[in-house]
Amino acid sequence: MNILVCISHVPDTTTRITFEPNGKSLNKAGVTFVINPYDEFGLSKAMEFKEKSNDVHISVICVGDIETEPTLRKALAIGADDAFRIDTQPLDSFSVATLIAEWAKNKSFDLIFTGKESIDENSGAVPGMLAELLGFSFISYATKLDVNGKSVIAYREIDNGMEILEAQLPLLVSCQKGIAEWRIPNMRGIMAARSKPLTVINALQVENRVNTLNFKQPEGKTGCVYYSSDNPEELISVLSTKGII
Amino acid sequence: MSVLVYAELDSGRFKKATLEACSYGVALATMRNSDVAAIVIGECHESELLQIVECGISKVFRVLDSHLETFTTTKYISVIQSIVRENGFNTLITSQSYNSKSITPGLSIRLKSAFISGVVGLPRIEDGKEIYQRMAFSGKGVEEVIALLSDIVISVKTNSFGVNKNKTGELNVIPFNFSLSDDVNDIVPKEIIKTSSTISLTDAEKVVSGGRGLKGPENWGMIEELAGLLGAATACSKPVADVEWRPHHEHVGQTGIQISPDLYIAIGISGAIQHLAGVNSSKVIVVINKDSEAPFFKSADYGIVGDAFEVVPKLINAVKKMKNSL
Repeated sequence: MNILVCISHVPDTTTRITFEPNGKSLNKAGVTFVINPYDEFGLSKAMEFKEKSNDVHISVICVGDIETEPTLRKALAIGADDAFRIDTQPLDSFSVATLIAEWAKNKSFDLIFTGKESIDENSGAVPGMLAELLGFSFISYATKLDVNGKSVIAYREIDNGMEILEAQLPLLVSCQKGIAEWRIPNMRGIMAARSKPLTVINALQVENRVNTLNFKQPEGKTGCVYYSSDNPEELISVLSTKGII
Repeated sequence: MSVLVYAELDSGRFKKATLEACSYGVALATMRNSDVAAIVIGECHESELLQIVECGISKVFRVLDSHLETFTTTKYISVIQSIVRENGFNTLITSQSYNSKSITPGLSIRLKSAFISGVVGLPRIEDGKEIYQRMAFSGKGVEEVIALLSDIVISVKTNSFGVNKNKTGELNVIPFNFSLSDDVNDIVPKEIIKTSSTISLTDAEKVVSGGRGLKGPENWGMIEELAGLLGAATACSKPVADVEWRPHHEHVGQTGIQISPDLYIAIGISGAIQHLAGVNSSKVIVVINKDSEAPFFKSADYGIVGDAFEVVPKLINAVKKMKNSL
């Protein structure tokens, strides 16, 4: 089974987000970057398959410049066999999906994993776009996935519940919490990752469809109004007066 | 610049988020001085359609086809694409339900459109261009974007715009016949398992959430009671779901569910940055924690420093008293 895991290089979940003074981009000073947590669920799921069979090959791909390479090395340390980096700054979801689709289209992947969304842009657009561009069947928000030969049974999250689906490989799956447990790379993995192939691919010219003009920090709360623990009725009456409850 | 809203049915009903998307579509069309219509796929009662009229949409494309009784991305993308193309709409609006979120990116490819996900209000106009705002970095940033194509697909962030059901009009249903080829390659939906009859977290207008400060699953009775009285959904922090005091589908936060209710009451949750990422779009945040240094208070509108086991029963009594006095 030939698996591709698409990886976004994103600020760690604990990062305090600030932007450059011109508002054009994230202020990267002091920010630790990680594998997008939802993409890492996909990689962890791929590793489960690899541990059960000798016939599983895992590639990881990222669209980004050289600073994304440590993130790809971490994916190799977790256990991917090879890594690919499409050498350009991602502009929007469409350009990222198109670049990955153009690269992946003739490579006969059986299974492509993405996260349900990246925690930087939160658009959740690349998985659906990539499935459409590649003509792959698409399971979104997957919380469980079993593969038996070419047959797949998956659970996907829906509003207020779960849906059970049957599908056939090849398939694109966007991953939600529950599909697999994150893994911490061990020392052997980290050592092995150094010598695994990381191939840089020249990016095609793709025009973006959405342009980011600026970022700013959301307006913060104006400050917490405290009520006494002896008299929480006051809080209820305030919430009621304001029509909140 | 005409606008089509995908008015998604959920078990024959429109959810609040769908009516919100309708209201948004109407407001956008008004701004542009253009037409607006909706597409409804599947069976529903006529009175349900009147809700769309109240939002300001009279023209409804109605698709009834046995192939479309169950949702799959392939089928729904195909039928919506046909309606948009055959009728020359250039803007498609949806909610951010799980199913809508699953089709909008693919639709944007089919429709050769720009896709803007999770807008939080009407665009402002600058040099004749529509500039849309959306949240990024898990609620820690506001992003302004423009579409570089004239055709766009827009999803509206849940509970960011509101429902405006104050219009009157005559319902005009246009049946749309759509012959779907049996796509052998498609996904086959087998079963839907709804979580208990409690209020869905993503739709809930109010949420009462508990953290490790509650010490054990046996203490959730008061959380459920308070939620029940307020008509709120219950939620929990990640550590609570991880030790299985509560089911995983209640976990709100960076890696759990992201919610944006009108009221979020956090009890015994310290407010780690990953938790905030899931709830920071809530309109009003109430924090109850015995640690006055808990970081959550910095993001709260109202706070009570105190022991949950003393404060929550008092709150329950206060809500009961308030209800009785109404």
